[in-house]
Amino acid sequence: MNGVLDVALRLLVVFVVFLTFPLIVGQTEHKVMAHMQGRLGPMYAGGFHGWAQLIADGVKFAQKEDVVPAGADRRVFQLAPAVALLPYLLVLLAIPIGPSEGAVGQVLDAGVFFVLAVMGVGVLGSLMAGWASANKFSLLGGLRTAAQLLAYELPMLLAAASVAMAAGTVSLPGILHAFHWWWVPWQIVGAVVFFVAGLAELQRPPFDMPVADSEIIFGAYTEYTGLRFALFLLAEYAGIVVLCGLTTVLFLGGWHGPWGHDGLGWLWTLLKTAILAFLVIWLRVTYPRLREDQLQKLSWTLLVPLSLAQIALTGIVKVVIS
Amino acid sequence: MSLAPTVSLAAGHPGFLSPTGVEIAFLLVGLVTFGAALVTVTTRQLVHAALWLVVSLGGLAVEYLLLTAEFIAWVQVLIYVGSVVVLLLFGLMLTKAPIGRSPDADSGNRWAALTVAVAAAVALVWVVVDAFRTTWIDLNGPAAGSTRVTGESLFRNWVLPFEALSVLLLAALVGAIVLSRKAKAESNPPHVNSRGVTESSPSVTDSGIHPVEQEGAR
Repeated sequence: MNGVLDVALRLLVVFVVFLTFPLIVGQTEHKVMAHMQGRLGPMYAGGFHGWAQLIADGVKFAQKEDVVPAGADRRVFQLAPAVALLPYLLVLLAIPIGPSEGAVGQVLDAGVFFVLAVMGVGVLGSLMAGWASANKFSLLGGLRTAAQLLAYELPMLLAAASVAMAAGTVSLPGILHAFHWWWVPWQIVGAVVFFVAGLAELQRPPFDMPVADSEIIFGAYTEYTGLRFALFLLAEYAGIVVLCGLTTVLFLGGWHGPWGHDGLGWLWTLLKTAILAFLVIWLRVTYPRLREDQLQKLSWTLLVPLSLAQIALTGIVKVVIS
Repeated sequence: MSLAPTVSLAAGHPGFLSPTGVEIAFLLVGLVTFGAALVTVTTRQLVHAALWLVVSLGGLAVEYLLLTAEFIAWVQVLIYVGSVVVLLLFGLMLTKAPIGRSPDADSGNRWAALTVAVAAAVALVWVVVDAFRTTWIDLNGPAAGSTRVTGESLFRNWVLPFEALSVLLLAALVGAIVLSRKAKAESNPPHVNSRGVTESSPSVTDSGIHPVEQEGAR
């Protein structure tokens, strides 16, 4: 009975994190973007600095009519948001936030592979949405999504493989247990490659070619309204949380920090994740969108060679110190 | 096959008549996988076939999980669901992906294809049954397919096939690059005017994958 209760409690906590953290990131994005652009952002909803803006948005989305275009493939169209969102919930299960047994949803033997595999599945949702909408803008968005995923999956995987080589394990808590502070400079190239490739996989600016609103309206999500559209948005922000959490765990040492070893490690994880999330927002405000050919070029001629060089460096250092 | 060293001959042979929960789950998932595979080859809607393939390949990953081969399961999802199917969908969307039935999706080679498929299936099933006839995986012991066990058996017992495979894949990779570069070099100078009309499909031009080259061609 105790075991069942334990599992239920973990699932509940992960679910609550899954529902709240993306909203916090979203609200932060509203405010940070506003202040960077000399505006105030939402100020009225909820009273204090518009803290309830996203809740109000959620209520608005829930009230809207759920429209399926007449020419669309009904079932695939309706299934797509779930396929886009659920993988991120599964990934959150595997990310450890503290050193103790209870600080991770589920310890997995091959955690790195699980996380990358399941994140790749999420992109299928965008492809399904793009095809099933019976809209040429959506189809173009879907095409760009697929091309982008194919280009950026490889450097992301190679960068993660470099860390796994350094730690000698592919389990996420195992990697953190093996972590030393000098891993940060050692793996810094891999970290940058991983983060950039992750941004591209999430289709965040400056890699938002698949949803480029000035060219193809909103890419694969053009025909969506109401709750299903909200699910896609939630998937994007859940993706930011997952990407920042993963970069923290793989490259920045997760719960390790200069002080606060006893019981406060989870604060380090959250702090690093929050700083990376801020960086994601900052990049959105600062950089113009990359064109499709620039995007492909960046991946194949810069990120892939860099990640291969990182793997070579990891191998050399590993052999030298062992 | 990488499981072979850790799988022991069970002394007390488990019977077929009192299946455990895992065995029942294995059978049910197997049925779903098989059904999805059947729909994949029989459906008349091209993109639906690709999506059913996702179900089928995912079901296979669950089967690996049930056999405690966690690493193989996640790699299966990563490579097949995450990359191969995405590539398939990309190809379909780039060329021809109508919503609804595509009447020309059927081939006249149906019976020949069925013969080859059945022959291949029989050969595979026969080889697997013959190889693993009396071996049972002890699901209660330490995981027989964990990353460590898989890696050790791969790099101790099966290094040569592994390296041969990687050389083969490398050759395929280089070949693909050579083929694509050659086609480009040939088509560029002589067919400057005809290229935009005959070779590139409208979707490629619209999506602007190679705007610079398109400009150059015109």
